[in-house]
Amino acid sequence: MARIIGALTSSHIPSIGNAISNGKQEDAYWKPFFDGYQPVLRWLEREKPDVAIVLYNDHGLNFFLNNLPTFAVGAASEYTTKDEGWGLPVFPPYKGYPEMSWHVIESLIAQDFDIAMCQEMAMDHAFINPMRLFWPTENPPAIKTIPVAINTVQFPLPRPARCYALGKAIGNAVASWPTEEKVVVIGTGGMSHQLDGERAGFINKKFDEMCMEALLNNPEKLAGFSSLELVREAGAQGAEIIMWLAARGALHGKVSRIHSSYHIPISNTAAGVLALANN
Amino acid sequence: MIAAIPTTQTPQLIPGTYIFDGRMAMKGYNLNRMCYSFNSADNRKKFKNFPEAYCHSYNLAPEQIHAVTDLDVLRLLQLGGNIYYLAKLTGIYGMTVQDLGAQQTGLSLDEFRAMLVAQA
Repeated sequence: MARIIGALTSSHIPSIGNAISNGKQEDAYWKPFFDGYQPVLRWLEREKPDVAIVLYNDHGLNFFLNNLPTFAVGAASEYTTKDEGWGLPVFPPYKGYPEMSWHVIESLIAQDFDIAMCQEMAMDHAFINPMRLFWPTENPPAIKTIPVAINTVQFPLPRPARCYALGKAIGNAVASWPTEEKVVVIGTGGMSHQLDGERAGFINKKFDEMCMEALLNNPEKLAGFSSLELVREAGAQGAEIIMWLAARGALHGKVSRIHSSYHIPISNTAAGVLALANN
Repeated sequence: MIAAIPTTQTPQLIPGTYIFDGRMAMKGYNLNRMCYSFNSADNRKKFKNFPEAYCHSYNLAPEQIHAVTDLDVLRLLQLGGNIYYLAKLTGIYGMTVQDLGAQQTGLSLDEFRAMLVAQA
């Protein structure tokens, strides 16, 4: 039986990708941000997971508004990256795991999550940047991936409680996969930020701190917010915290904090990383 | 066909925040479709050479074309643009999300950055 060893959640701010490509990790602006990942990298080095299930949101690369799923699960043998329109680098494809993807898909549908299924899927910065942060020495890394896209572009967004339940269902799917593989669940996006409107630049440190705490000890509290309440408290794009909540939902065991780090600002965003172990 | 742009706005439940709901999606479909095309370098080049003609080829309404050529982000949002797609338009002109933030808040870039840092 496969086992989820933990959840890693991280901001996916586009400029992180360029900072990595340009080797800016030691620059004064970037150092506190990248330093925040070191304990997580040591944990990954020790645990060496075989599979990453990555909950992320597409920003208009793979999906357009003509055909936009609320939840979509990748079932490809590899996941390409493509031009997003503003100069982020394009990389060789990330490794998929179609056999396990189909198991997850079948299990999710059996649990009444009627997700979309994708045998081709291009990954944008929301997938790429956390992968580069967590596996900085090899891109793409050896780990097999299963991307799960959650709509955060078009309202109505899936309710936070539903995202949390999706995570739980993914946890059940992994538990019934008949290998001894170690799985890490990754949730990307956030934390508080708002790019658009007269309220652009909005950040809410208190709310982010509450999220960090709730994700560890009381995820139901965060799941109880409505999408609009998340927008009000975390900013229009801060609603991406639903991917963190979904990742947390996949942890069925005793959950403990490996590490967390928080830094304001990277670009327009409160950047956060949280690593939770599942025992 | 050029879509008529409804004059009504979705009421702002959260001040200074545009919720991209179905009403906005209907209003902005052609605008967002055009911005989605900017994932292609060829299309970015075509647009940059002849912006208005490119807008016409996506059936944008006249006020949307004005907002596009003015790079007026708030106006584009009001006319149904979604920020994830609009970023592909403003990116053509090298504008970062901080440039967008400064423009929308009426602050200088330095003032906007200082405002972000002050929230730490």
